[in-house]
Amino acid sequence: MRTQFFIALKLFFSMTLLTGVIYPLVVTGIAQGFFAKEANGSLITKENVVIGSELIGQAFDTAIYFNSRPSASGYSSMPSGASNLSVTSEKLKRQIIERKSLFLMNNRLPQSVVVPSDMLFASGSGLDPHISVSAAKLQINRIATARHLTSDEGVQLTQCVDQMVESRQWFLLGEPRVNVLLLNLMIDNRFKSKK
Amino acid sequence: MDMYDFIQIALYLLLLVALVPLLGGYMARVFEGESFFGKPGFTALEKSIYRVARINNKVPMNWKEYTFSVMVFNAMGILFLFLIQVFQNDLPMNLEGLSGVSIPLAFNTAVSFVTNTNWQSYSGEITLSPLVQTLGLTVQNFVSAATGMAVLLVLIRGIRNKTTQEVGNFWEDLTRSVVYILLPLSLVFALFLVTQGVVQTFLPNLPIATLEGVHQVIPRGMIASQEAIKQLGTNGGGYFGINSCHPFENPTPLSNFAEMLAILLIPASLTYTFGKMTGNLRQGWVLFAAMFVMFVTGLAIMLYAEYSVNAFGATSLMEGKEMRFGITNSILWSSATTCASNGSVNAMISSLSPLSGMVSMLNMMLGEIIFGGVGAGLYGMLVFVILTVFISGLMVGRTPEFMGKKIEAFEIKMAIIAVLAPNFVILVFSAITVMYPPALTSLGNTGAHGFSEILYAFSSAAGNNGSAFAGLNANTDFFNWMLGTGILIGRFGVILPVLAISGSLSVKKKTPPSSGTLSTDNGLFVFLLIAVVITVGALTFFPALSLGPIIEHLQMLTGKTF
Repeated sequence: MRTQFFIALKLFFSMTLLTGVIYPLVVTGIAQGFFAKEANGSLITKENVVIGSELIGQAFDTAIYFNSRPSASGYSSMPSGASNLSVTSEKLKRQIIERKSLFLMNNRLPQSVVVPSDMLFASGSGLDPHISVSAAKLQINRIATARHLTSDEGVQLTQCVDQMVESRQWFLLGEPRVNVLLLNLMIDNRFKSKK
Repeated sequence: MDMYDFIQIALYLLLLVALVPLLGGYMARVFEGESFFGKPGFTALEKSIYRVARINNKVPMNWKEYTFSVMVFNAMGILFLFLIQVFQNDLPMNLEGLSGVSIPLAFNTAVSFVTNTNWQSYSGEITLSPLVQTLGLTVQNFVSAATGMAVLLVLIRGIRNKTTQEVGNFWEDLTRSVVYILLPLSLVFALFLVTQGVVQTFLPNLPIATLEGVHQVIPRGMIASQEAIKQLGTNGGGYFGINSCHPFENPTPLSNFAEMLAILLIPASLTYTFGKMTGNLRQGWVLFAAMFVMFVTGLAIMLYAEYSVNAFGATSLMEGKEMRFGITNSILWSSATTCASNGSVNAMISSLSPLSGMVSMLNMMLGEIIFGGVGAGLYGMLVFVILTVFISGLMVGRTPEFMGKKIEAFEIKMAIIAVLAPNFVILVFSAITVMYPPALTSLGNTGAHGFSEILYAFSSAAGNNGSAFAGLNANTDFFNWMLGTGILIGRFGVILPVLAISGSLSVKKKTPPSSGTLSTDNGLFVFLLIAVVITVGALTFFPALSLGPIIEHLQMLTGKTF
């Protein structure tokens, strides 16, 4: 009995050393050596200041930017979260009605337009960096107006969106989508004077 | 659903079936001590562990010694994990200056990770220091999965032994599972995840100002190393509270696909290992087939429910789902994770359509035997096999036998305990909770969905799954104690009877099949096995389910809200 106990103790600490110290250290070492950008959070810098991670969504509420999906945690990451509301939730029902009319109003769209469901429902992570392609396209006119773009520049704006569409990975996996932060950075760059 | 949805599902299922003989065959070689390419390197590591711990791995144990070793090792894990949480503020690497974890939460978390459940009442990013996450949780992710494999190995040896007490050496089984299987797979998988954008760094969290000038924190840590074993070891406890929805745990559709595959990979492959080690590959494939049929059926129901849901007039129900995964990948994951007692999520199960939520719950209620946990799923399924040969033996008047071993009163008694223990937790603990008013203040939704939150929590605990209808605030003293206790009963209420069955089978003679033997390695047996699993599950849980997801589905159809 006693020997079994001490064997268990020694094996437990050997395993802790192997899987809790050596393993993460080896992974970190190789990751930092070969994939430092990814391993440190896929950070984006602008004028030498880190302004975010391309994987972590940010809140965009102003008219000059493409807006992100609704987030139950307001794009705060400490902690991030979801609503966990069900389809029989009165609260969720009200949120949907509100978000729908807000989206149509902000973008000056007629009632007949179908609002993409990613703009109606909050994401799981609360940090979803993407919106659907149709959700991006429906916002183009609003942004063009807000940034006082000429019709030529409006066409360029549409091209920006088309350029930023991420298709299915390996032509197969996931859904087509647009990274909101990257797209907004791109239009900031392109239309610098018109902010 | 369009063409892409079907192709992704088909690809997933095909790859799974293709990988089963590969990994399953490899694992059989490892456990039989056979040679294979690259073995000497692993063996050196294995031997050095024996030297450090002064283990003589050649000494076989009887089932009681084996059980004692399992329990001591697990008890030690719980104690250690409990202590480093409670005292994390006095330990190094507490980068964010977090305070010590409260006793009920530390108990719940310790029990949860040691038992391969990985239920989380907390959000990791604001509760646990990197030291606790790696030195505590990552370690248990490995050894809890290895414990599951070890228990399965004992049952396999019990079945193939001829009149001997020797069921193997726990230290050897545990070490080999980690050194040869879990560790190398995790290492490769973790690095793959890093290429997709999963973070792996010593650097602390990074506060930034966003493009619109709002304060945001980029959370960082050693995430990929934990993520890999979390998926492969059917653990499921995320670095972040929001689990694999979080872009730093699951950044791309490809990482998502690989993580989904990792959920089922080892549990499914173990059916082949079983066939190989018992000398009856057909029997292994029969067990795989029964699991596969139930998995695909559940998946089909969930997809149908999710695509036909009435989502307040929207085109699809995207609440709690990520844009990069969409509906199909969210459902495929939810189905796999609840079948496999993994419990990680890439979409909020609470916000799925009511019937999808019900199938998720039922996957756990059936005993986590549709692939199930690493090792745990298959030994759970073998308990149902014992029940099935017994019941069909009664129906046709044949002696119950399985692979040449007579199934007698003792085995049946133990099998019944193993089936009833988790079911007891689900129904009785849920009933206690709904009658205790202070507990109901934890609910995130009202109406039938509120009841589902409670029922789901105890199903998840008892099945050692760890996923949640996360609207429920489970970080209260009441839920931490209740769920922690339920987790313990759900784990050891099955492990102990299974080890007892193994010991009992091991000393029996092998009887050659006769004309009176019911064959267990054909299509008919697949059907019988599924019928027994579904009958037991349906009879036990239909009343409870009708108060939760079924009634909610009907209310949704009439547009009722709460």
